[in-house]
Parts: sequence; C-alpha cells; structure tokens
Amino acid sequence: MSTEFTFARDMSRLGRLQRAPEFFLTRDALTLPRDDRRSFLRKAFLAASAATIAGTSARAFAANETANETAGDPAILNLLAHSKGLGQPVAARPYGLPSKYEENLQRRESPGLTRVGAASVSFAPLQGFFGIITPSGLHFERHHQGWWDIDPSQHRFMINGLVANPKVYTMDDLLRMPSVSRMHFLECGANTGMEWGNVAVPTVQYTHGMLSCCEFTGVPLKWLLDDCGIDMKKAKFILAEGADGSSMTRTINLANALDDVVVAYGMNGEMLRPENGYPLRLVVPGVQGVSWVKYLRRIEVGDMPYATKDETLHYVDLMPDGQHRQYSSIQEVKSVITSPSGGQVLLDKGFFNVTGIAWSGRGKIRKVDVSVDGGKSWKVARLETPILDKCLTRFNIDWTWDGGDAILMSRATDSTGQVQATITEMRKVRGSKSIYHNNAIQSWLVSANGEVSNVQVG
Amino acid sequence: MFKSVDVFATLRPVLSPLPSRERARVRGGVRNGIGRVSSSISPLTPTLPCRPRSRLHALAAPAAARMRAETPPTPRKGRGGSWLVASALFLIAGIGFAEPNIKNLGRPATPAEIKAWDIDVRPDFAGLPKGSGTVARGQEVWESKCENCHGAFGESNEVFTPVIGHTTKDDIRTGHVAALRSDTVPQRTTLMKLSELSVLWDYINRAMPWNAPKSLSTDDVYAVVAYVLNLGGVVPNDYVLSDKNMQATQNQLPNRNGKTREHGLWELGGKPDVQGSTCMTNCAPKVTISSRLPDFARNAHGDISAQNRLLGGLRGVDTLRPAPTEFVPLAARVSKGATGSTSTATTAVDPAKLAAQHACLTCHGIANKIVGPALIDVHKKYAAQKSDAAKLLVVRIKSGGSGAWGSIPMPAQDHVPDADIRAIAEWIAAGKFQ
Ligand code: HEC
Ligand code: HEC
Repeated sequence: MSTEFTFARDMSRLGRLQRAPEFFLTRDALTLPRDDRRSFLRKAFLAASAATIAGTSARAFAANETANETAGDPAILNLLAHSKGLGQPVAARPYGLPSKYEENLQRRESPGLTRVGAASVSFAPLQGFFGIITPSGLHFERHHQGWWDIDPSQHRFMINGLVANPKVYTMDDLLRMPSVSRMHFLECGANTGMEWGNVAVPTVQYTHGMLSCCEFTGVPLKWLLDDCGIDMKKAKFILAEGADGSSMTRTINLANALDDVVVAYGMNGEMLRPENGYPLRLVVPGVQGVSWVKYLRRIEVGDMPYATKDETLHYVDLMPDGQHRQYSSIQEVKSVITSPSGGQVLLDKGFFNVTGIAWSGRGKIRKVDVSVDGGKSWKVARLETPILDKCLTRFNIDWTWDGGDAILMSRATDSTGQVQATITEMRKVRGSKSIYHNNAIQSWLVSANGEVSNVQVG
Repeated sequence: MFKSVDVFATLRPVLSPLPSRERARVRGGVRNGIGRVSSSISPLTPTLPCRPRSRLHALAAPAAARMRAETPPTPRKGRGGSWLVASALFLIAGIGFAEPNIKNLGRPATPAEIKAWDIDVRPDFAGLPKGSGTVARGQEVWESKCENCHGAFGESNEVFTPVIGHTTKDDIRTGHVAALRSDTVPQRTTLMKLSELSVLWDYINRAMPWNAPKSLSTDDVYAVVAYVLNLGGVVPNDYVLSDKNMQATQNQLPNRNGKTREHGLWELGGKPDVQGSTCMTNCAPKVTISSRLPDFARNAHGDISAQNRLLGGLRGVDTLRPAPTEFVPLAARVSKGATGSTSTATTAVDPAKLAAQHACLTCHGIANKIVGPALIDVHKKYAAQKSDAAKLLVVRIKSGGSGAWGSIPMPAQDHVPDADIRAIAEWIAAGKFQ
C-alpha cells in the first residue's frame, strides 16, 4: 500500500483546460458539434471523440489543439441554445425545483433493509451535499406507520400531566408566540447501524444517510411547560406523542426538555415537510431522531420513564452480556468524508478536495483529523463556519492522489473532548449487535483503478 | 443560568435613571414581560407555581429590537409579586413593546379531551384501563386482524421482524433471554426484548393493527396480548389477562430483567464509554482491511453511477459492469456519465413506480400477499376477463371494498389520479411485472 501522500495544495491544475477536461466536456459539447457546419471544428471534435472512444484521454484534444489558433472548445465557440434564445418566464415553476441535471441525487431505500415502505427509511444523498444544510426535499425519512399531510387547522397540541393548567394550543396559537430559529443535525439512532458487524452497504448515502441538518423554527418547550405551570418539584420526565397511526411516543429527561428542546413548525424557512412531521414536530438537539416526534400532538409531564415501544423493543442497544441499553439517546461525536466516498470513482490523478461533515450530540465540533493512509498518520482538516452546537460542521482538506491505494478516514473531537473511535475500539466495548449508536470512524479505500469503496480496517 | 446584569445595560438608553428599588421592579417586570406582557392581566398569573424569568445576554444593538429577540420567558423558581409585573407592563407598554402573550394563547384542556388523548400506559400500569380478555378470544382477534402480517404463530418475517420465538422456560425463570448472548439467533423477536408488559398493551392499543390503528376494543387488546404471551409460552391456554393481573404477568416475562440504564447516552453530561485516540503520527504499524463488500454485491444497491452528481472530479461507479482492473482514463467515464443520466430522465411512466408512490405496494406484494392479495394473483384472477380486465380493475381500485379476497377491506383509492390508476390497472392486467 502506498502511503506517500502529500497535502500540498496543487490548485494550479484546476485553471488549465488540458488538465481537467471533465469540467467542460459536457453532454452538449459531445452532441451539439455533430450538427456543426464549420468543418474545421467538426474535425477537431471528431478527432477528440475518436480518441475518447478509443479509450485514450480526451486530454489530448485540448493539449494538442490549444496550439492551433482556430481550434477551441465547442462549448465556447458555438453559442448554445441558452445563449441565443429566450428563457423561461418568472414563476414558470411557482415552487422551484432542482435542475434536471441533478436528478441523480435523491432519497433512496436500501434494498432488503426493511420489508414494507411505510415502516422504512429513505437515506439522504450525503455524497452530493455541500455545506451543512440539508435541502428540505432531501431530508432523510423514517416512518413507522406511513406519513400524512395533516390539515394544520385540525391539528392540536396538548400539554398535560404534572402541570397546574393542562392546555390545548392550536397551530394559530403556536405561530403567534415568540419563536426561536436554530440549526441542528437530526440523526437516526440506527444510522451506520448496518456496519456494526461488517461492511454491508456501498456508499455514504447508505452508511450515513439517516442524517440531516436544518434550521428549525418554533417555540422552546420550556416556555410552554412554564405556561402550563409545570410542577418542578415532581416532574422528572416528559413523554412526547405523535398524532399519526403509530402515535410515536418517547421519553425525554426533564433536564433535556428544559435545555434546548423546541416545539417546531418551521424547517429551512418554510413549514415542515409532511414527511418530516407537518405541521408540528419536536426538535431534541443532540438526541437521536426517533425522539424528534413528528405530528406532535401531546406532551405529558411525568415522574418516571415510560418504556414505550420505541424505547423497549427498538432503539435499545444490545450489549455483549445480553443486556439492552435502554433510553440510549445521545448521538455521540462522529464524522464522515462525503467526497471522495464509497461508490465514487476518481476521474484523474492529482488534486482533490477531501470534504466531509462532523457533528456531536454533546456540543460543538472542536477538531477533525483526516488520514489518507488508513490511520497511520493524521492531519488536521479545515473547519468551515459556522461551527454550532449539535449541528453539522463541514470540514475540508487538500489531497493529491498519486494513483496508488489510499485509505481515507476522518476523526472528530467535540467540545467535551470526546474523540471518535475506530470500529475495533467500539466493538471492544459494545460488541457488534448493538444496531444503534455506531459513531465509528469510517474508512474509504481508494484503489489504483480509481474506485472508492467502503472498507473496515482492523 | 440566570444572568441579570444585562437588563440594565439594555434598558438604560431607553429608560431614564431609576432609583434602585424601581430598578428591581423593572428587572422583575422584564423577566415576566417580554413575550408575555399582558400575562400580568391574566388572573392565572399569581396562582402559577412557576414564573417566567428572562435570560438576557450582553446586548449591543438597539434595545427594543434586541430585547424582543433575546428575552424568552423561561421557568424560574424565584418569587415575584404581580405588582412587579404590573409596573413593568406600564413601563414596557410606555416604550412601545407590544408582544404576543403566551398566557392568552391556548386554552385549558377539558377532562374529556385529556381522556381522549392520554392513552399511554406506564411501566407501573398507570393509565391502564379496566378490562380483561381470554387467550381464546385473543386467538380470534389475532387470526382475523394480525395473522395476515405477523403469521399464525407470530413467526412471520414478511412485514416485520417476528413477534414470537427463541425464548425458553428457563428464561422465564431468570428474566434474561439467554439467546441474546449467543450468535445463533439471526433476528431478535419482540418477546426476546420485551421487558415491560405495559408496552405490549400500550403499543397494540395505540398502533395495531398497523393499517387500522386504535380500532380494537379495550377487552380485545387484553385478549390479543394474552394470546401473544400464550404463543410465547408465557401464559397457559386458559389464561384471562386483566388489569388485576398485569403485574403478576409482568413477573413472568422472559426478558423482564434484560434492560440497563448504566450508560452515558441518556443524561445530559453522561460519561462516554468509548474514547478514540488522539495519535497524529506513527499510529498504526500495519493497516489491514478486515471487511469489504464481496464482488457479487457490487450492484446490490443498483447502478451507483446514477446516484452521483455528474460534475467535479468524481463520478459514481458503474456498478452494472465489473470493476476495471486498472485505472480507466477519465474521458471514457465522462462520456458515459454525461449520457448515462439522461436516458433515465426520459423513460415513460413506470407503473411499478406509480404503485410504490401511491402506497399500493405497502399492502400488495408483486408475488406475495401482504394485507391485500399478491398482484400476480390479482392478475391471474382477472386474466380470464381478457379485454375488460383493466377497466374492471380501475373500478375496483377506485372504490376499494372487501370480500373478494378476505375480510380486510381495501381502502378506496379515489385520491389517486385517474391516469395513474389506469396505468397501474393496465400493468396488473398485463401481468408483466419485471
Ligand atoms: C398490515 C400489517 C399488520 C397488521 C394487520 C398488524 N401488524 Fe403489527 N406490525 C406491523 C408492522 C409493519 C410493525 C412494525 C411497525 C414499526 O416499524 O414500528 C408491527 C409491529 C407490531 C408489534 C411490535 C413488534 C416489535 O418488535 O416492535 C406488535 C406487538 C404487533 N405489531 C402486534 C400486532 C397485533 C396484535 C396485531 C393485530 C391486532 C397486528 N400487529 C396487526 C404490521 C402489521
Ligand atoms: C391498506 C392496504 C391496501 C392498500 C394501500 C391498497 N390495497 Fe388493494 N387491496 C387491499 C386488500 C385488503 C384487498 C382485498 C380486498 C377484498 O378482499 O376484496 C385489495 C384488493 C385489491 C385488488 C383486487 C380487487 C379484486 O376485485 O380482486 C386490486 C386490483 C388492488 N387491491 C389494487 C390496489 C392498488 C392499485 C392500490 C394502490 C393505488 C391498492 N390496491 C392499495 C389492501 C390494500
């Protein structure tokens, strides 16, 4: 295995046409010139595409032809339709959509993982995301009993239990209140759960895609608990309950509930999407997604944990001694390189921006280290701002691929000092049947053939 | 948490100097005031056990705007007379705050409303309604409403992990399911994990049958819980489960002692049990790959090249072909990537996709029965009708109903666009399900 990798920045190649033809050899460039009447260009193009078909690099086209003053990139020389015609009017799509060229990036199910679509999960395409915000339409989904588009005028939110004044709020009531907006990650407790025993899935979409990060807007739960006159002497836990068929229920510690939990209706500047709990869901920063109860209809204040279905039969972590950890909730420090990542292929040797995300349910990300040699040595990556509490943090680091084998890994440290561990270190303590809370370091093998694959090193 | 100092820094530009007693009033008032100014008018205020207290941070921006944003009401244990609130109201109203009032939003919940929604049953059985059910009645409920999905013996893997299996008489004695410590059981069954009987009752009551939750009577919930326990060998055939013997039955659960809260993943500030290394150089003498996907699984998640963006220094791997043995020049990949994506964009409506999109496939497998019949079987039944099959199917799909395949009704699908129903009906009639 080659371990000779430099982190030296090699950006010089990016500006040079001949070095990175993948940036301009678009589909239009490949098809349009066929209709071109200017024969010298056609010849140039045909020569280039012949080279392509023959399997030699298209690099030859630009490199050779730049000496020829009349040659050039057809995408520059031949004005395309969009430069010579009239475009679409405003509001042609009253609710905007991504470009059709981006349709590869979609939420997807992992074949064989679950048996029915309404009790299943769709994974977010992390491999294509930039920054830290998950586009609303690509937020991962997890439903236990299907999703609904609930009429908000019919939705009610009740607080009862150990309160002086049990109350009912309408959505009008909640939207009239003062609000807060906060950015937080939302990760399913079972994210990366398929990988406890061995490598099971090929890409970061399936290894880590039960993860999203949005700006949520709503009313801090403590204001509402206060409004109902919570009995602070007796109260120790709250139960959150959904309005849908599953009526999802989860216990939350009172300390958490009073800390930063939000009764949220907004996501990324608009109302929550139906798949994410429209019109109301709980936001429980740092805690696994199942506690972010969707279609939230009720909070009960109580003095003991509730041992609900999804904290007794599921979302319990099986330890090697046969005991299940119950109420495991916090999503611990974790990171993953999203590009280059499993299932991708490097188009060329040379410079790559290795990029990924890091997060911790215990606080902020303090540091991310990246290794390209399977963990023999590490370099500190650049953290992009903002760096927020219980929120994704984007990291980047320069890397030059020399064409040999490499194993890319990232390792995050959070503001409490907890450092992300290897899968081997995790298994030593928790075995391999936990299903939940796998926050191990992820390894991506870059093979000499340019393909990146999911591996575990031990 | 409470930071009081900043209140004055903020208010001073707006309010003229006040004697210190007045300041105290302002402080108390602001705590209660922002976002709930007129709460002081509410007759409820003085009787509340807890009062809001604001948390103000160092503020630099214009006072009024900042205060609105940064003074959420929060619970506090301290006391404050309503006269403080009243004076704050006056002051704040005087300087132009007009904040929404939480106290006047929402309304008391009525006992009937609480009863309708407060259905949860706790581990100490608080919340459990009175009632009872026999194993025999439970069997009737199970066979008519549960067996379809969970199998006659709760063993089915078809829609979800099995409910019953892999618990022993010895487990009932120890309260620990031994199979949880072995590697012999591929899947954990519900009964293997069940540590609180309350949840079996609560969950079936709130969420099952999956396609018609909250439709069972209280006695039928007792009955079907008794039957599930009977299938698992926990209670005898003549058992009658009731609110009286839930605790006694709880004491028989095979995994009643199988849970622990000894971990750092719950409490705020809980202690982590795994800590990674901070080593930066010479950390691992040798790196060995211990696990990777086998070659035959290369396309188990479809064509990965169609799951990646077509820009930048990377593309998705073409998993429909074997891995190249050496580095493939980029141009070959670029042309494939660029054209590869559009073919999928222009494909005509795929009826299988429509069936998935409209949730038909939640209840109908192509080749297997789920809640409704397998689509292959529907096709066979209608194949005899030849030309009319699609038309008949359109009607049946739109109107739903029961009786043709069993007692479970199919919900009317009139929310699905006609064109989609037609496409799906033609697809079923044609019987070509590839
Ligand atoms: C239409 C199919 C269907 C029917 C009918 C059905 N169930 Fe279920 N059941 C499911 C699915 C799917 C789940 C898992 C839901 C989830 O993901 O949370 C489930 C979960 C359960 C569980 C929890 C299992 C676990 O380990 O978490 C129990 C217990 C259960 N069902 C009992 C019943 C009973 C009793 C009935 C009849 C009154 C019934 N079910 C009818 C599909 C069905
Ligand atoms: C909630 C579960 C459920 C859903 C969702 C559902 N079905 Fe059904 N379907 C059933 C059941 C149950 C039956 C059997 C009814 C009977 O016995 O008459 C059935 C029967 C059918 C039949 C056979 C009718 C006959 O006369 O033999 C067709 C065709 C059919 N469904 C198509 C669809 C299509 C298409 C969709 C989606 C648009 C759909 N179903 C959605 C449960 C469902």
